[in-house]
Amino acid sequence: MNVTGAGSARPWPRDVLLGGILVGVFVLAALLAPWLAPCDPAAQRLEQRLEGPSAAHPLGLDELGRDILSRLLHGARVSLLVGLAVVALAGLFGGAAGALAGWAGGAVDAALMRLADVVLAFPGILLAIALVGVLGPALRHLVLALVAIGWVGYARLLRAQVLAWREREFVLAGRALGLPGWRLLVRHLLPNVLPPFLVQLSLGMAGAILAEASLSFLGLGIQPPTPSWGAMINAGRGHLLDAPHLTLVPGLAILMVVLGLSFLGDGLVELLDPERRS
Amino acid sequence: MNGSLLRRVAWTPVTALAVASAVFLLLHLVPGDPVAMMLGEGAEAAEAEQLRAELGLDRPLAEQYLRYLAGLLRGDLGSSLHFRRPVAALLGETVPATLELACAAMVAAIAVALPLGVFAASRRGRAADRLARGFALVGVSLPSFWLGPLLILAFSIGLGWLPVSGRAGPASLVLPAMTLGLGLAALLTRMVRTAVAEELGRPYVVTALARGLSRRAALWRHALPNALIPVVTVLGLQFGGLLTGAILTETIFAWPGLGRLLIQAIRLRDYPLVQGAVLLIAGIYLLVNLATDLLYARLDPRVRLGGGQPA
Repeated sequence: MNVTGAGSARPWPRDVLLGGILVGVFVLAALLAPWLAPCDPAAQRLEQRLEGPSAAHPLGLDELGRDILSRLLHGARVSLLVGLAVVALAGLFGGAAGALAGWAGGAVDAALMRLADVVLAFPGILLAIALVGVLGPALRHLVLALVAIGWVGYARLLRAQVLAWREREFVLAGRALGLPGWRLLVRHLLPNVLPPFLVQLSLGMAGAILAEASLSFLGLGIQPPTPSWGAMINAGRGHLLDAPHLTLVPGLAILMVVLGLSFLGDGLVELLDPERRS
Repeated sequence: MNGSLLRRVAWTPVTALAVASAVFLLLHLVPGDPVAMMLGEGAEAAEAEQLRAELGLDRPLAEQYLRYLAGLLRGDLGSSLHFRRPVAALLGETVPATLELACAAMVAAIAVALPLGVFAASRRGRAADRLARGFALVGVSLPSFWLGPLLILAFSIGLGWLPVSGRAGPASLVLPAMTLGLGLAALLTRMVRTAVAEELGRPYVVTALARGLSRRAALWRHALPNALIPVVTVLGLQFGGLLTGAILTETIFAWPGLGRLLIQAIRLRDYPLVQGAVLLIAGIYLLVNLATDLLYARLDPRVRLGGGQPA
């Protein structure tokens, strides 16, 4: 029942290719930002503030005379890094909690799921806003807050998957053969429950990037002078009339990267689910 | 009412207590001394002691917790440090604005999603369907804090049709409701499209068509009412999304609601007000969720009669 080789003979779904290209462009931009950026993203040229696009500054300058392209490229590093960190930590903790709850059942399952219920009782990013609001705006607090609300989705998904698979014949056979529980879970069960988890990771990264930008927009996320797309939009709001590009450019970047991750998630559903493919 | 619904109703106060406890702990997560954080640098020791006593932070944690719960039962959420007024009164003044905005956004989202989703489902695989899918994808990916300024640029600054910000009459509600409602409209379009398409393929619709019922009647009279049952649940759950989305939207449009007050309170380090606002938003969400579950059971006899949720 291993799905890992299932996609090799099929053409890649269009959504995976489109999403992969979009996300790939931003990943490359983030990796190569120090070399691609024409200027230091924090360098101010107050006498040139709000200047439009030119050969030296292809996307123009912001309200403090900083190069928008450079801030956009370095902002991609921040966005993707926060997205990756949140997804990795939330996926790890949530996945482990969910697998444990589904596999162990009983009191462990009940305790973990009640904790998940409490987190889910707070709508959207309210708990993250409250946590960062109380802890203070800082990158580590932002990641911590987003992991604190993000782990639940992965936990519930993996728990449901493990519950659905734990009574399958090959698991029962493993048990009958006397294989230790951890080995059955890690070596045999987890590889089978991974496909929907991967889809969730892709969509979760889109959510984490949007959440980071939202918190930074509110002044609760990445702090200046570190560039962040959300904070760039917030700063640009005061110049909608005289320099709308300040708002337009970072917003388009967020839209593109989130769209890319959504395409990737949708495409992965198709790629990893043999029933849907047929 | 079946067993699972009764359990759901009985479980609500327990969840509410857990939420209240989590919010109580928020203040105790403040790194270092919360009183020093609230007063800022240069505060005098006597002033700090007075505030500590005012907030009850000089008492043992268990006593603070019990006093907090007793206060909640009386509707007492403490006093705002900045506004020097009861938190409950401040929240009470802002709730109508937030509910007005959330309800307007929901109505706008339904008004867009319902016809678009049905239209796409009845033309599966054709241009209209692809257009609806594109709208749904872009709609959920578009950050509201970007859409808001774009709408201001187009309709307020460019065309001069609508006010830039504030809450003064129906015209001022249009842009905030559009900004807040777009994400929900996109999600609902996708849901309605999938649900209606599924219903249209079910045997009872195929039989009705074979017996000569018009496609329009089969769609609107039979397929749509059944397709809307799961959509109602999503609407209820998404109301929470609207409440948190309102935090951003209210900030963009200077809408005098609960979300804007929360952000103001965070910036002012007015922790009692932060606690109160978070608790109220979570409380509204909890009640709307419960109401949604009860409504879902009312609409779907399979749930009401204990047959479990449909697949």
